[in-house]
Amino acid sequence: MKRRDTLKALSVASFGMAVGPVEAAVPEPPEPKPAVKLLPGRQKFEAERDLKLLAAEKFFTPAELQTVTILSDIIIPADAKSGSASQAGVPAFIEFMMRDQPRNQTPMRGGLRWLNAKCVSRYGNPFAKCTKAQQIDMVEQIAYPAKKVPADLTQGVAFFTMMRNFVLGGFYTSKMGIEDLGYVGNTPNKWDGVPDDVLKQYGLSYDEPKK
Amino acid sequence: MDLFQLKKAPTVYDAIVVGSGAGGGMAAYMLTKAGAKVLLLEAGGYFDPADPKYMTQLKWPYESPRRGASTTRAGGDFDAAWGGWEIEGEPYSSKPGADFHWFRSRMLGGRTNHWGRISMRFGPDDFRRGSLTGIGDDWPITYDDMKPFYDRVDKLIGVFGSVENMHNEPDGHFLPPPKPRLHELMLKKAATGIGIPVIPSRLSILTQPINKERGQCFYCRQCNRGCSAYADFSSSSVLCIPAMKTGNLTLQNNAMVREVLTDSKTGLATGVSYVDTISMQEVSVYAKTVILGASTCESARLLLNSKSARFPNGLANSSGVVGKYLNDSTGASRSGFVPALMDRKRYNEDGVGGMHVFTPWWLDNKKLDFPRGYHIEYGGGMGMPGYGFGGGIEALNGKIPGRDGKMKAAGGYGAGLKDDVRRFYGAYVSMSGRGEPIPLESNYCEIDPNTVDKYGIPTLRFHYKWSDNEVKQAKHMQDTFEQIIEAMGGMPMGNKPGKEQNYGLAAPGRIIHEVGTVRMGNDPAKSALNKYQQAHDVKNLFVVDAAPFVTQGDKNVTWTILAASMRTSEYLIDQVKKKNI
Repeated sequence: MKRRDTLKALSVASFGMAVGPVEAAVPEPPEPKPAVKLLPGRQKFEAERDLKLLAAEKFFTPAELQTVTILSDIIIPADAKSGSASQAGVPAFIEFMMRDQPRNQTPMRGGLRWLNAKCVSRYGNPFAKCTKAQQIDMVEQIAYPAKKVPADLTQGVAFFTMMRNFVLGGFYTSKMGIEDLGYVGNTPNKWDGVPDDVLKQYGLSYDEPKK
Repeated sequence: MDLFQLKKAPTVYDAIVVGSGAGGGMAAYMLTKAGAKVLLLEAGGYFDPADPKYMTQLKWPYESPRRGASTTRAGGDFDAAWGGWEIEGEPYSSKPGADFHWFRSRMLGGRTNHWGRISMRFGPDDFRRGSLTGIGDDWPITYDDMKPFYDRVDKLIGVFGSVENMHNEPDGHFLPPPKPRLHELMLKKAATGIGIPVIPSRLSILTQPINKERGQCFYCRQCNRGCSAYADFSSSSVLCIPAMKTGNLTLQNNAMVREVLTDSKTGLATGVSYVDTISMQEVSVYAKTVILGASTCESARLLLNSKSARFPNGLANSSGVVGKYLNDSTGASRSGFVPALMDRKRYNEDGVGGMHVFTPWWLDNKKLDFPRGYHIEYGGGMGMPGYGFGGGIEALNGKIPGRDGKMKAAGGYGAGLKDDVRRFYGAYVSMSGRGEPIPLESNYCEIDPNTVDKYGIPTLRFHYKWSDNEVKQAKHMQDTFEQIIEAMGGMPMGNKPGKEQNYGLAAPGRIIHEVGTVRMGNDPAKSALNKYQQAHDVKNLFVVDAAPFVTQGDKNVTWTILAASMRTSEYLIDQVKKKNI
């Protein structure tokens, strides 16, 4: 018996679970429900696809995920009003999008590779192992797409732009991000027009000008 | 072994209706209410927006693992359209140089589950553009023929709007329109100031209850998800489900119709054969009348595929016109950023599912270099964030001074970026032109000689090119959009599409307003159907979707589909009473 199997047997026994003919006659418990609740109204192929994707192997290596997390929090840090991107679950959303839309994979994986290679040559360490100051120094070189940058940095600019878009999209569709924005809809209500103080602020009114 | 089996149903129905969208749903509703026994065939599954099993209404973006991205459905994860531009196992093709996009919904209610609920009548001129302008053709009917049916559709289904007394934008029996949102008030002020009218939109959404079966709008702006209160028009909730309640309707879901069956001696339709998409069984069903509401292109496909010794060109096609004159709305759009709307006060401005105001066509084409008009639809406001929110901010935040009044570099990161997103939220407007094209015989769909779908049914091949008329119209749209955005103190976003991009004119099919492939007319040599949408060649065969339409105006056609299908249904009932069918 392998050690792992011994442990399994021990754990079953230690909870006092007898495995005998009486229990064997008891019907199997129902299939465990998927941990993630699928959206209602899924077509069959969508439900199957979602369950498969959610159960699929992670796309990011632990090191890649660490870098994605650091970048996410540089792009959306915590401030007085709300938390950071990673606190809102953005890295997990990006991870899912890699599986959901595989066309993202090469630009993302390659971009992270590019970033690490550049950091090793500049600072002697991959991005995640650089000091905070070095990380910011690197990000400053690639965060402004309208600025002219040296020819060896243009791919980094494109990568950071993609990253910014993913992080903004992930953060502001999270509960935290929606609250930060102040979106207060998506609830039954009665629309009766723009509030009076807002009409006043913009010098507008619902009264039709006399024809 | 998987034997190819043919099952024949014993029942002979009064009518078989193919397709459960606006046209098919209305025919099924009218006929079952009149006591007829009807079999309704729908290629897709059952759908009821009030059943929690299907409900995406009031869900949050984070309830989708992809935050509503359009990976598996074109309108995103929350959109109530099962199907889309591509359906696995159901291909279509385009001739080289042609480019047609075909959106199909496979579900009870079809595309009415996710549509924009824009419900405009055609005006008197829209039925007779040919004689008014010398280009294009007239309908065999006039506004006066249709008016009583538009009136009844207004009352049966409900539409909000305002009485405007404009000649070619006839008023209906309107429910009160919702008040404009803030950006819509600004748009109205700006556009009106440069001579472009802006009036309340006309949408089939219940701002007041109209009966006990349907609730009132609760202003979530999510009509495209299907309404659990039945407060907007979907054929599923407003026509098909009530038709089932009469006890006269047999609904067969997952029935992909292969062809219309005919009697070789009498030449009459006897029923249809379909493939059960779940069991893959071939089934034949029979009726005294066959009514096609499968959608403009599917109905043409069905007729062209219903070939027999007696009808070698396909059914109802002795004229050879079936498939021809396919035409979609023109479409072009532009968005703008409105600095005055930065740092807005937050409040719930969801409103109804769509615009509260729009611009009807306001100019005289005789004074312009293109022959037909367009209307403008408006978007904007503090909407619920969805997938891609904030994307492309680098194109904007380098152009707007920061709180300190200084310009900063585009893009960026950190607390400043977060602040930009808050400041810019709800400060965008968008506008889309939807215009009338000239239907051309050279724009058509036909049966692809080489291809079948997974059911073995020959598929469609499209030929479609815009003419100069539509390109010039799109150019005019772009100029107008820019004028309106500038008049409201906004900055047009992105680059203005020029000649080399056809002025942003959307590819044919993209606006999902295709009509015209089984046109009606008084001359059987030039049309497939008479003025009651009855086949010239087969008197117990009718078409009730938008395939019969000679033109589409610049009005979204759903209201006209409903009115025309109601009219055809009453004609059929009358003909049966007179024993003509």
